[in-house]
Amino acid sequence: MTRVFAMTLTILRKDLLVEWRARAQAVALLGFAAVVLLLFSFAVGPDSTMLAKHAGGYLWLALLLASTLLLGRSLQTEVETDALEALLLAPVPPAALFYGKALANAGLLVMVALVAVPVDLAITGAGIVENPVLLALIVVLGAAGIAAPGTFYAALTARIDGRQLLLPLLLFPLVVPALLASVKATSLVMTGDPMEQLPGWIALLVCFDAIYWSLCGLLFEKVVDG
Amino acid sequence: MKSPLAIVGLIFVVLGMLATAAGHWIGLFVAPPEAMMGDVGRILYVHVPTAWAALIFFMVAFVAAIGSLWSGWRGFDAATTGAVEVGTVLTFLLLIQGSIWARPTWNTWWTWDPRLTTSAVLAAAFGVVLLMRRLIDQPAKRQMATAVATIIAFVDVPVVYFSVKWWASLHQQASTRASMDSVMGLPLGVAALGMLVMGTGLMLLRTKVELVRLAHEADAPELPPTAAPLRLDDPAGGDPTLDEAT
Amino acid sequence: MPIPPASAAAEEASAPGAGPPVEGAVAERAVVVQARGLSRRFGRRWALARLDLTVHAGERLLVVGANGSGKSTLLTLLSTLLAPTEGQLSLFGLDPVRDRARVRARIGMVRHAHGLYEDLSARDNLVVRARLLGRPVDVAGLLATVGLDDRVEPLRSYSAGMRKRLQLACVRLEMPDLVLLDEPFSALDPAGCADVAALVGELPGTVLIASHQVDRAAAICTRAILLDGGQLRWSGPADQAWRAWKAVQAQGAAR
Repeated sequence: MTRVFAMTLTILRKDLLVEWRARAQAVALLGFAAVVLLLFSFAVGPDSTMLAKHAGGYLWLALLLASTLLLGRSLQTEVETDALEALLLAPVPPAALFYGKALANAGLLVMVALVAVPVDLAITGAGIVENPVLLALIVVLGAAGIAAPGTFYAALTARIDGRQLLLPLLLFPLVVPALLASVKATSLVMTGDPMEQLPGWIALLVCFDAIYWSLCGLLFEKVVDG
Repeated sequence: MKSPLAIVGLIFVVLGMLATAAGHWIGLFVAPPEAMMGDVGRILYVHVPTAWAALIFFMVAFVAAIGSLWSGWRGFDAATTGAVEVGTVLTFLLLIQGSIWARPTWNTWWTWDPRLTTSAVLAAAFGVVLLMRRLIDQPAKRQMATAVATIIAFVDVPVVYFSVKWWASLHQQASTRASMDSVMGLPLGVAALGMLVMGTGLMLLRTKVELVRLAHEADAPELPPTAAPLRLDDPAGGDPTLDEAT
Repeated sequence: MPIPPASAAAEEASAPGAGPPVEGAVAERAVVVQARGLSRRFGRRWALARLDLTVHAGERLLVVGANGSGKSTLLTLLSTLLAPTEGQLSLFGLDPVRDRARVRARIGMVRHAHGLYEDLSARDNLVVRARLLGRPVDVAGLLATVGLDDRVEPLRSYSAGMRKRLQLACVRLEMPDLVLLDEPFSALDPAGCADVAALVGELPGTVLIASHQVDRAAAICTRAILLDGGQLRWSGPADQAWRAWKAVQAQGAAR
């Protein structure tokens, strides 16, 4: 167990190192998220009340779209040179490989959110968030909800032709609950929560994360090392 | 058509169709119109059985997928595929029926009713599993991918349902469906049984087709005949170029 | 399906008399690889059929064969990354499925694809591998040994020879008991080949080399086997490998 834990941290460090060395691509990802937010605003029009009302929705759609690029790349670095096999021979336990990569991807997604949230608040005119700590909690939980099944499906599709299409097709229906909860919770933090609904949505996010972080970790060995 | 699986499947399909037809006949001509919705309410006799059957086949797919992943037996793989196919088709039918119902009842083709929305998400989630199957050539990998994606999609069913229910209830009151009348029990029960038996028959047929396909794919040629060992010291079997080579 | 152990005869038929001078000592050493009837199918094609092979500790075995003869399949099966379709395999006396982690910890491999990160430098790559190993490693010394100590650019800019040297540095870092080298000389110029040959010669433990560069690889091996169409056709001392290779090519041309 301690070995799996130590290996998880090693893989996490490795992924963050690779990401740091190729940071030009990470920066491009931030730009992508910002451009998507801008496009949503164009699509809805300059009606600022409407924009502010849906700021939470735009944010999470931008993050979800950015995540498919990020997840695809995260597994491509492992597959393009058969580094995945080298890790398995090391030998890295498959569960540690999953948790390390999923944590790294969740972290990167939070990083994208660090840029996307201010951009979102600025261009939709939603203004200053009164409770940034609560928003940060929602972002972390939501990013984790995308990262666990996302890393799993990215690994499953990594060597299939047409993976660029297959990954979002598999991922999007699956994360509907996490997306709904994240959007609702974010909107409630931004626009106020008179009916005390926030705890319920956060609880739903926590449940979703708990289910998929455990289920995907359990099944990952079959995916990479059948 | 000598396979018992195919024969049983066909019998089930025929029996199921008869039972479904009988249920609908009672529902359409014998039972009185539904109290609140009138004749439109009669879609209930096809809609509710479809929903039940779809959910049951996804459950069957889930169980088969666990077996498939755990044992690696390709019979489970074929059964998973058959069940997911039937479940997905039923879910698409459910969406169409839902729209047909929604139009006269709520005056719209689409509504964010939790059940309808959940069906749409499920149709997408399981439909993609079938799509993914087509894209993988390697049998073992295809079996694994089908099984894990089916398991993950099925686990999502209750989570999607509750999240959508919660989400939609903030906009409008969740729709109240027809209240059950004792007169409706008989046609509903017969139609549901018919749908289930017909679905099972279709699933068996699809499983059989998939089994044949998988068996054809796995139909391995015998190991090649043993090649003669090479002898370097045998002048008769050797080659004149050998001397140049050394 | 029972598989007649026909190719075992081939192995034993050519071994006596022509065996290496240390043959007596080899017999007493621990068995590292024990394969019986090892077969692997891809789709409808048998990439490897009925292979019987025993490799003892300290042996350096050359695997010769044309493209598609089953060399890479054999090495990948031995690495545990691929499971055999039929037949038995034991590594270090362990079952490669049940004791997967223990077996893998003792295996090092150099494959066609290098298994390293293109965005990382040589040093970064070795540091990552060292962390995975979980014991302190002299990364700087290792880099100096393979002549890559002055490199800070990412791997993308490296030549084929530098990549191969880095792969061998990874193998040396892991100090495995069994080293599997799949085409260690591919895409290298003569100087690169000489470098790699020297590095391979210094590797400890048991080494299996699959290579088209028969003469070069034979110089650093003790024994050789020849695969043809997925089957073992010949087994003998490494210095005879070139003759066997020519003979099977001539046979193929005559057919």
